[in-house]
Amino acid sequence: MRYLPLTDADRSAMLETIGASDIDALFADVPEEARLNGPIEGLPMHASEMAVERHMRRLGQKNLAAADAAFFLGAGAYRHHVPASVDHIIQRGEFLTAYTPYQPEIAQGTLQMLFEFQSQVARLYGCVVANASMYDGSTACWEAISMAGRVTKKRRALLSRGLHPHYVNVVETMAKFTGDEIASDWPRLEAQYDEDALIAQMSDDLSCVVVQYPDILGRLPNLQKIADAAHEKGALLIVVNTEPVALGAIEAPGNLGADIVVGEGQAIGVGLQFGGPFLGLFAVTNEKHVRQMPGRLCGETVDAEGKRGFVLTLSTREQHIRREKATSNICTNSGLCALAFSVHMTLLGEKGLRALAAENHRLACIAADRLAQVPGVAVLNETFFNEFTVRLGQDARAVVRRLADDGVLAGVSLGRLYPTREELADGLVVAVTETTSEEDIETLARALEEALA
Amino acid sequence: MNAPNKSGWKPGTPVEGDNSGSGPETVTGNRALMLEEPLIFEIGSTETTGVDFEFAGRLDLAGVTQPATPTPAKDVPSRLGTMARHGTIGLPGLTEPETVRHYTRLSRQNYAIDLGLFPLGSCTMKHNPRLNEKVARMPGFADVHPLQPVDTVRGALEVINELAFWLLKLTGMHGVAMSPKAGAHGELCGILCIRAALEARGDARKVILVPESAHGTNPATAAFAGYEVEDIPATAEGRVDLEALKARLGPDVAGVMITNPNTCGLFERDMKAISDAVHEAGGFVYCDGANFNAIVGKVRPGDLGVDAMHINLHKTFSTPHGGGGPGSGPVVLSEALAPYGPLPFTARTGDGVVHLVEEENAAEFDHTRAFGRMTAFHGQMGMFTRALTYILSHGADGLKQVAEDAVLNANYILRSLDDVLDAPFGPSGPCMHEALFSDKGFGEGMSTLDLAKGLIDEGFHPMTMYFPLVVHGAMLVEPTETESKAGLDQFITALRSVAERAKAGDESLKAAPYYAPRRRLDETLAARKPVLAWKEPSPPGGPSAPSEVGGR
Amino acid sequence: MARYFTDEHEWIELDGDTATVGITDYAQGQLGDIVFVELPDAGKALEKGGDAAVVESVKAASDVYAPISGEVTEANPALEDDPSLVNSDPEGEGWFFRMTVADKGQLDGLMDEAKYKSFCDGL
Repeated sequence: MRYLPLTDADRSAMLETIGASDIDALFADVPEEARLNGPIEGLPMHASEMAVERHMRRLGQKNLAAADAAFFLGAGAYRHHVPASVDHIIQRGEFLTAYTPYQPEIAQGTLQMLFEFQSQVARLYGCVVANASMYDGSTACWEAISMAGRVTKKRRALLSRGLHPHYVNVVETMAKFTGDEIASDWPRLEAQYDEDALIAQMSDDLSCVVVQYPDILGRLPNLQKIADAAHEKGALLIVVNTEPVALGAIEAPGNLGADIVVGEGQAIGVGLQFGGPFLGLFAVTNEKHVRQMPGRLCGETVDAEGKRGFVLTLSTREQHIRREKATSNICTNSGLCALAFSVHMTLLGEKGLRALAAENHRLACIAADRLAQVPGVAVLNETFFNEFTVRLGQDARAVVRRLADDGVLAGVSLGRLYPTREELADGLVVAVTETTSEEDIETLARALEEALA
Repeated sequence: MNAPNKSGWKPGTPVEGDNSGSGPETVTGNRALMLEEPLIFEIGSTETTGVDFEFAGRLDLAGVTQPATPTPAKDVPSRLGTMARHGTIGLPGLTEPETVRHYTRLSRQNYAIDLGLFPLGSCTMKHNPRLNEKVARMPGFADVHPLQPVDTVRGALEVINELAFWLLKLTGMHGVAMSPKAGAHGELCGILCIRAALEARGDARKVILVPESAHGTNPATAAFAGYEVEDIPATAEGRVDLEALKARLGPDVAGVMITNPNTCGLFERDMKAISDAVHEAGGFVYCDGANFNAIVGKVRPGDLGVDAMHINLHKTFSTPHGGGGPGSGPVVLSEALAPYGPLPFTARTGDGVVHLVEEENAAEFDHTRAFGRMTAFHGQMGMFTRALTYILSHGADGLKQVAEDAVLNANYILRSLDDVLDAPFGPSGPCMHEALFSDKGFGEGMSTLDLAKGLIDEGFHPMTMYFPLVVHGAMLVEPTETESKAGLDQFITALRSVAERAKAGDESLKAAPYYAPRRRLDETLAARKPVLAWKEPSPPGGPSAPSEVGGR
Repeated sequence: MARYFTDEHEWIELDGDTATVGITDYAQGQLGDIVFVELPDAGKALEKGGDAAVVESVKAASDVYAPISGEVTEANPALEDDPSLVNSDPEGEGWFFRMTVADKGQLDGLMDEAKYKSFCDGL
């Protein structure tokens, strides 16, 4: 039991100090019939570090790691190269094994990092204030809708057809219990996002309009047009972004009329990790809305000697003070993932982010052009960043499974995302990042050629 | 107005301290190993990067006989349409050595478990084994996409399933929802299961009962799920008042949320009777499992009639807190609630294969009553691998020892200090994994905050302050099981000394800490004039008018 | 002009048909430094005993209740810029809002200054 420092002699001495006859005397408040007398049956006993590592490695080896395949999956989680120093820094014990910075005098490291993180996110999103992170993009999306309800005092949200279906599920699940009304619809396989169709659905009772950018099919909606229409109806525009690298190439939502910008920050610094932990980003363009924001906020102040320092602030919005009147029940967030994001973003800087985004887009364009030459494949998108949709003329799910057997992870089929929608079944969402080589693109093209022949 | 500051918690007013003996000022502001570090916005530039992108093509490093020349990048027309980003973003970059130094310097301004005892009550700051970190980074776990075809991720599903199996065995419950992202998210999951189950039987109820001593997340969660929140009265010895609770139960009460062991560090002796009474009245029992680490392997909540309980993997099973997350909050469920657990989840069939159950195949696994989905993907996989690694390391015998040592350490602290600090529930018997003290007996003007800041100077992270709200100036000390007796003795000596100073009214405590990277911070200023993002300092004379910078 | 006090530490001062409402010196002392006050909009109908405003210190948020029923006519604009007025002059410049008086009879149940002082002494 390598994690337990007490010796039996320590235990006896301590029991004596306490004045207890044995350890069970300390569990005297547990009713006799509920107390277990020995280790729970049917479970293994303690094991050595080597044995545990071996067991876990075996489980890990049953998975096909992205690095071992030609890899084209996106749809809300993106594979990017993470510099080695990111992981080194987040494994420093002073970051890894610290708690939420409740004692600011001895938590300036975490606090300054959070202040820098908030500032980076605000700039990336074109916003004025960002919070210190949420669980992930999907929960941040719901929190934004909830906040729009508080700001506008209206309870009906309109979701764009291009919003990630899992995000839609999360929102609809939560709304079912809060009584908010949600209007949503399936995507249509059209070359360009149809802003007019969304605008036609807008009415005066909306608290917000939620648009994903780039959308689930990879298309780039004209946000300004949507923002103008939403504002005319007295609704806030919430923009959801699942690929932050895109914002090194496409205009920031905050500069295009968005009121709240939320998203998934995983693509920068965090890694795929089978879907979690991820990093929810949350920012607003109007300083007046700050007190309606959920989650922790770090702010600048001074100490007793006048030196600059940072503290968690505006905490009266939060559950530990406001209890049932809090803006959200969130407590723990994604602190360490925020650090990974911030370190990676610092390594990139604006120059690196722009170069990274350009490289992603360049390779995605090459991939789209190459796949368009495969007989039976049609590229849907007119616009995209590093992810686009192709139609295969047959059930894309089956094709994806077949290609996986040959070590090609071809993308996310729309059948996986929308299992009940037959009209979407031939769609395949293909993501291309700087980790994708031109050989990988060729491998995918040939595999599709073979599969569709 | 209601409850004007019941806990007595006010921010520390920064007091100009006496700096005699701290030596002369330095030019840099540094003090030897205590290094000042500017913001990245002040030292970085948008033209600097720590990442190379010069080679757009591929470089064949194996071809050593030929000079390695990059393939020229193919020019392709942009598909961004009209959406290309214009103008500067304002993101500063640093080179790699500068980046590593910046964050390393920042890290040294943090206290952490790796540095010393971190006795934050209710937060369970125990040692984080590094094997867990190593395992979580294995490519088969870290480099796997959540939407890969399931045949390529069977190992990941097995991790989820194996951890689920342990959680069910350890709690004696029927089912488990693995996807909630943290404790509060798990609470929400459990309460939504309760609501779904009640609605399914056509019995909408309005009220959730929560003790005043509960974590703030409890009432916040219940309110979020659409319930009215009412207080459960407590007895003088800090436990739920069973008779008062029984009197309040009725057809409008959907359930109760009870923390056990509770936030005063005491085991709710009447838990089974509480559950029986709630069930008899047609309600459900939610147990806040934040303190499960005190009883893991010793008591199964399922034996106490609990219907739902979240487990903070980052507390009981030692996944790192990371300066505020990520956490993970799986929820174990009783037979009555399990059918309503959210998607996705995993299930092992008779042939030994582990399946991923999502919206499309829920019917195959007889799980059509799920209340919905709480998060985009499958939950905190990175925390599952760490927690399972921890659990396998300890095994059934080790986990029992974890609970016993945690409780032993807390009682040792309680009994070593109850002569100098007021322990409001000390006389009623042993505590569980945390010892609770109050500010009773402090000198005039001395507060819990002052004592906490004094403890910082002694080299310890303070305990949880001003929580639970039912005790004035509360100090909740949770040592955890990963402290040695020598470490505890040193902490006891330090806390005793600071407590004696607080009782004696030692004014020097009011300006503590003296030796931390920062003195007391002005939280009032931060809240009155919030500065939440960095802005370029305006040049003297205010921001320049557009005409001065050349207009647009 | 008559000033009344509630056991929830609000004061209300009647001036003809309207009344001014704030929190007492005792209350601000309990709260510590006030950092934010959320005030009702003019026109909002208040119910005696119902939520009327929120007053926040760094570590606490308290609801301020309407001492009587009526309609808000004006919120104190000075508090938006300088919430510390509630600390420095709670029963003067730091007033919260003005309201109409629906039923003067509701004032009868409130305390006068002397009574409130002894009420606080007993806390």
